Amino acid sequence: MLHIVNKSPYERNALESCLRLALPGAALLLIEDGVYAATRGNVAEPRLREAMQRMDIYALRPDLEARGMAGRVIQGVKLVDYDGFVDLVCERPNCQSWL
Amino acid sequence: MSEFENDAGGESAGRIKKFMFVNRKAPYGTIYALEGLEVVLIAAAFDQDVSLAFVDDGVYQLAKGQQTKALEIKNFSPAYRALEGYDVEKLYAERESLEARGLAAEDLIVPVEVLSSTELAELMAVQDVVISS
Amino acid sequence: MRLGILVNEGPYTHQASDSAYQFVKAAIAKGHAIHRVFFYHDGVNNSTKHTEPPQDDRHLVNRWSKLAGEHGIDLVVCVAAALRRGIKDEMLAPGFRISGLGQLVETGIEGDRLVVFGD
Repeated sequence: MLHIVNKSPYERNALESCLRLALPGAALLLIEDGVYAATRGNVAEPRLREAMQRMDIYALRPDLEARGMAGRVIQGVKLVDYDGFVDLVCERPNCQSWL
Repeated sequence: MSEFENDAGGESAGRIKKFMFVNRKAPYGTIYALEGLEVVLIAAAFDQDVSLAFVDDGVYQLAKGQQTKALEIKNFSPAYRALEGYDVEKLYAERESLEARGLAAEDLIVPVEVLSSTELAELMAVQDVVISS
Repeated sequence: MRLGILVNEGPYTHQASDSAYQFVKAAIAKGHAIHRVFFYHDGVNNSTKHTEPPQDDRHLVNRWSKLAGEHGIDLVVCVAAALRRGIKDEMLAPGFRISGLGQLVETGIEGDRLVVFGD
């Protein structure tokens, strides 16, 4: 399963719920305002680091760049462009957007 | 013209996929719960393997005693009771979401299977299509 | 692969339509087929030809129309959601058509994946 989260962890509980309901081995892609969760020192960093032990975590580079956050990414978060987003969708058997 | 006029025939006839509708939003404040329910009914009309999961504020959609008269917005909560008539019988609520809101299964207008996060996660993982709203 | 796309928010207010467009463009470039893009909830507002953004902004509606014209992508606007929001056939930009929710379910069945963009 590819989980897609597009909301800042300060605004919504989407990331928190996603991590609660993601099985080990799943992938998480942070897009739009969701990319703030991938930056150093943000409120979700401890949860994200813990989740990294059991799942692959990605963030959409164009969304990080647009927000001036490209240089602040937590080590271990993999950056992808839109074609990487497409690959993730195709590689995983299913996907879910946490709207 | 109505969305109910689609006949479930054509190319897709006979193919059954697992559709899970993940309801995470409360009713009335936004339209997602109501319009989401309309998709559920259509998926059921296409004879798909439909299930509904109520997570986070989505559990509020099922709260008993909804009275919307003063809002002049239609109370659509009775529609959940009609789901059975469309053979939509797989309704799940996440225990953690209910407990975090001081709710229990008996506070809901329809019977649901209360699942732990892990149990629900396992169900989600085997779906073909997950539509969250 | 055959990919289905669901867009749940209108243009400009949310990034959903932009994200979906960039995703679709990348998917086509990689040789995937887009089975359908379905517009639901306020997403139906992506379809109106009366949209006129400022000159220096991207034109989301025209971008979708152009993509549909160049790649034969089926852009479907939900009839119930459209009527609720005052969107009628005669207001549609090229490439868009109004149809029922069955088209969304069909994309879920026929497509290999359904990717949802929304709020």
